[in-house]
Amino acid sequence: MNKVFTNGLRFAGLLILQLMVLNHIRIGGYINPYVYPLFILMLPFAMPGWLLLIAGFVTGFVMDLMMSTPGLHTAATVWLAFMRPAVIRLASGRPLPENAEEPGITQLGGRWFFSYSITLISLHHLALFLLESFSFSQIGSSLYRTLLSVPFSEILILLLVYLFSSLKKR
Amino acid sequence: MYNLFRFLQRNHLLLLFLLLETIAFSMLLRSNTYHRTAAFKLSNGISGSIYNVQKSVTDYFYLQQANELLAEENARLREELTNFSGQADSLKVQTSDSVYSFMQARVVSNSVQFRNNYIIINKGSKAGVHKDMGLISSEGIAGIITGVSENYATAISLLHKFAVISVRFKKSGQLANLSWKGGDYQLGQIDHIPTHLELKEGDTVVTSGHSHLFPPGILVGTIATYYPSANEALNSASIAFFTDFNKLRQVYVVTNHHKTEIDSLVNTRPNE
Repeated sequence: MNKVFTNGLRFAGLLILQLMVLNHIRIGGYINPYVYPLFILMLPFAMPGWLLLIAGFVTGFVMDLMMSTPGLHTAATVWLAFMRPAVIRLASGRPLPENAEEPGITQLGGRWFFSYSITLISLHHLALFLLESFSFSQIGSSLYRTLLSVPFSEILILLLVYLFSSLKKR
Repeated sequence: MYNLFRFLQRNHLLLLFLLLETIAFSMLLRSNTYHRTAAFKLSNGISGSIYNVQKSVTDYFYLQQANELLAEENARLREELTNFSGQADSLKVQTSDSVYSFMQARVVSNSVQFRNNYIIINKGSKAGVHKDMGLISSEGIAGIITGVSENYATAISLLHKFAVISVRFKKSGQLANLSWKGGDYQLGQIDHIPTHLELKEGDTVVTSGHSHLFPPGILVGTIATYYPSANEALNSASIAFFTDFNKLRQVYVVTNHHKTEIDSLVNTRPNE
């Protein structure tokens, strides 16, 4: 029950952070950081694949509702949820511990989490920006947008993960 | 039959993924036309009220700036009014402005950094706002309403893939279409400019009135850079908007009282 509560809190918290804060910070015309995929990243290892996909769908759908972009974030987040098991298998050469999630510091190490998150975030952002422009003629600007936004999203995600794992240690 | 079940079971993840992606894509594609962004009526109400609360807090910090902008606009309008009413005695003029009316509204949500940016205002169907109404700011044009709920309305900002405005170069009177190609929120693009036009940087661009969403003559922007084409085909220009989309707080919804009449005329065209 505690896990559901933590995840629910994470879901609400990340969405509020994204919608109320990040969507209003304008750094450059092409930089769009998104941290809400962190919710999918942090779901338990033991979660069955189909539930993961549905979670991705719901997360993306709520984002779309609030941002008036029907289908855009839904498609990108479902793609992310689908690729998550494959990336986990690629990123870990060794058997995974039986713990609930993928903490940055405590269980699996920051380096593992970094390669895990940056792969999935890159896939998510690539899908998102390509779908957003939905044209081949503007593929250059979509790729440029991806290239600029991924580092920013990644930095914010790492900050959040380190912040919360150090809070938990106390 | 048994083989089918085995196939479904072995690939159930892939199939579920394809199903969910298809649903997402169908949402995306179905709304991928200008009018379909109106579909999210329920979310309009919810997101509108959430953003309203947030804006009530942050708007307080910008009251002074908003007041200054309004005072400037008042001065400009007063000037125009004095200049015009001086002529009213001698000319019996039916200006196009009597066809248009303006409703004040507050911006509840806005963005400039995405490829497609949306504005949510705090007036909805209760106040008489409908789809396909223009949105202008104190400085120039801002967007077009696409979806309306009871208390809020969503508009595509000018900074949107589908926003194409019919404009006129003030000096020459030539028509052109202005759009936004992403990137800098202060610059729009006009393509397909005939080469015989002599345009200089700094020339003003205004609405032509042909879309019947905006009255003619509303300020849009000035030519920032003029790109003559290499092979004498068509030129293009980047336009610096007068409207500062980053600071959009107060907007006016433009109602064209003759729009339904004009729209019905469109339906009388013979099928081509």
